[in-house]
Amino acid sequence: MPPIPEFGRVQELIYELQIKQVMSREVATVTPDQSISDLKNLLRVKRISGAPVVENGKLVGIISVEDLIRALSKGEMAASIRDRMTTSLITVNEESTLIEAVRKFAQLGVGRLPVVNDRHELVGIVTGGDINRALLEALGLRYEAEEKHHIVHKNLFEEISSDETSIRLKYAIASKDFGNGGKASSRMKRALETIGVPPEVRRRAAIVSYEAEMNLIIHTTRGGELSVCVSPERLQICTTDAGPGIPDIDKALRPGWSTAPHWICELGFGAGMGLVNMKRCADEMKLESTPDVGTRLEVVIYPQLHT
Amino acid sequence: MTLREIIQLVEGAPLTRVIPWDMDINYVTASDLMSDVLAFAKPHSVLLTGLANVHVISTAEMADVAAIILIRGKQPSDEVIRQAEEKGKPVFGSPHSMFELCARLHNAGMQGADVNAL
Ligand SMILES: Nc1ncnc2c1ncn2[C@@H]1O[C@H](COP(=O)(O)OP(=O)(O)OP(=O)(O)O)[C@@H](O)[C@H]1O
Ligand SMILES: [Mg+2]
Repeated sequence: MPPIPEFGRVQELIYELQIKQVMSREVATVTPDQSISDLKNLLRVKRISGAPVVENGKLVGIISVEDLIRALSKGEMAASIRDRMTTSLITVNEESTLIEAVRKFAQLGVGRLPVVNDRHELVGIVTGGDINRALLEALGLRYEAEEKHHIVHKNLFEEISSDETSIRLKYAIASKDFGNGGKASSRMKRALETIGVPPEVRRRAAIVSYEAEMNLIIHTTRGGELSVCVSPERLQICTTDAGPGIPDIDKALRPGWSTAPHWICELGFGAGMGLVNMKRCADEMKLESTPDVGTRLEVVIYPQLHT
Repeated sequence: MTLREIIQLVEGAPLTRVIPWDMDINYVTASDLMSDVLAFAKPHSVLLTGLANVHVISTAEMADVAAIILIRGKQPSDEVIRQAEEKGKPVFGSPHSMFELCARLHNAGMQGADVNAL
């Protein structure tokens, strides 16, 4: 999935699509004279978590499951909705674009907004889910799940039959290219997700690769290469570079030891903790270096040990 | 604690759009050193930091940090916000100092992500 063009498209859509294109038009409403007990039945039957309150065609309030719980805990289920509803109403006009609703969701922390027309009549309701669905439909994507982390990728290795399968990923890292620092590791982490590597293993691998990538950027004269080899039993991360090399490996591995120039610290690096971190994430780690020739780092993670 | 409760405690303002307000947050990491964050941060945690560059977003991505709070009203660039949104990492600004924010979150019962992070 190429994320950047699609993300740009999502932004465009948020500014283009109108609320009335994505809202639900069939709104379950209540009247002020109904009771909290009536509300409870409605929420249960319709499987919703709140409802606008409408009187003589006009929107006069909103009432949610939180109001219901409050009334329930006080044993006041017979109270009228009029007495318990929120009347300071936040609505969104049907003609506005999605960005209006997105901003209001984000700023106010509400989960649904009543949609009104210019005469302030209730014409629909819009939720975060409606917006997600509309965006995904517009993008022609499968509606897999509302939240990204609920997407369960299958394991690519299970689909491939061979005596021995491995996938190799390679990334070229340029020296002193701070602006792109992390890009290779980000691409790698996404690739591991596609392959079906479990989250905790992915996280360890990403930490190792990011530290190693930053070391190539910060410490090498001509950059180097980051390569990852993934098989079902073994995940290997390697970096190689052509110098300057590390004169004293024991020192380099010492927590807090760093030769990074002072200004690197302003970027958040140079604490001398990178190699220590990598070691902690690794099941095996090898660091070899010859001054003036180059450095080779190899980290191995065994997925089975972390799942 | 939910992200909403944390953000109320720190008097934070969202700098990215679309916030998963009801997400559970279990730990706090507070640091300006990205190697520290990579060492200590856990999933389901927020990061408090005075650093507002793209490496903060990358670090959060690699370490599976759930949300980022920039202290003392630090303003990130548009590029930082763009990357945060692309990677689904909500970013907030808080006017308070690191000390004040840590104290508030600690008093509210939040746990620090510690050395045995992994
Ligand atoms: N590829 C490399 N080539 C040359 N020197 C390196 C390389 N990788 C690491 N070093 C040396 O090892 C030292 C320790 O590296 P380490 O990653 O642990 O800390 P750091 O990069 O200085 O700081 P941090 O990783 O905490 O931001 C570096 O300061 C540098 O001198
Ligand atoms: Mg380093």
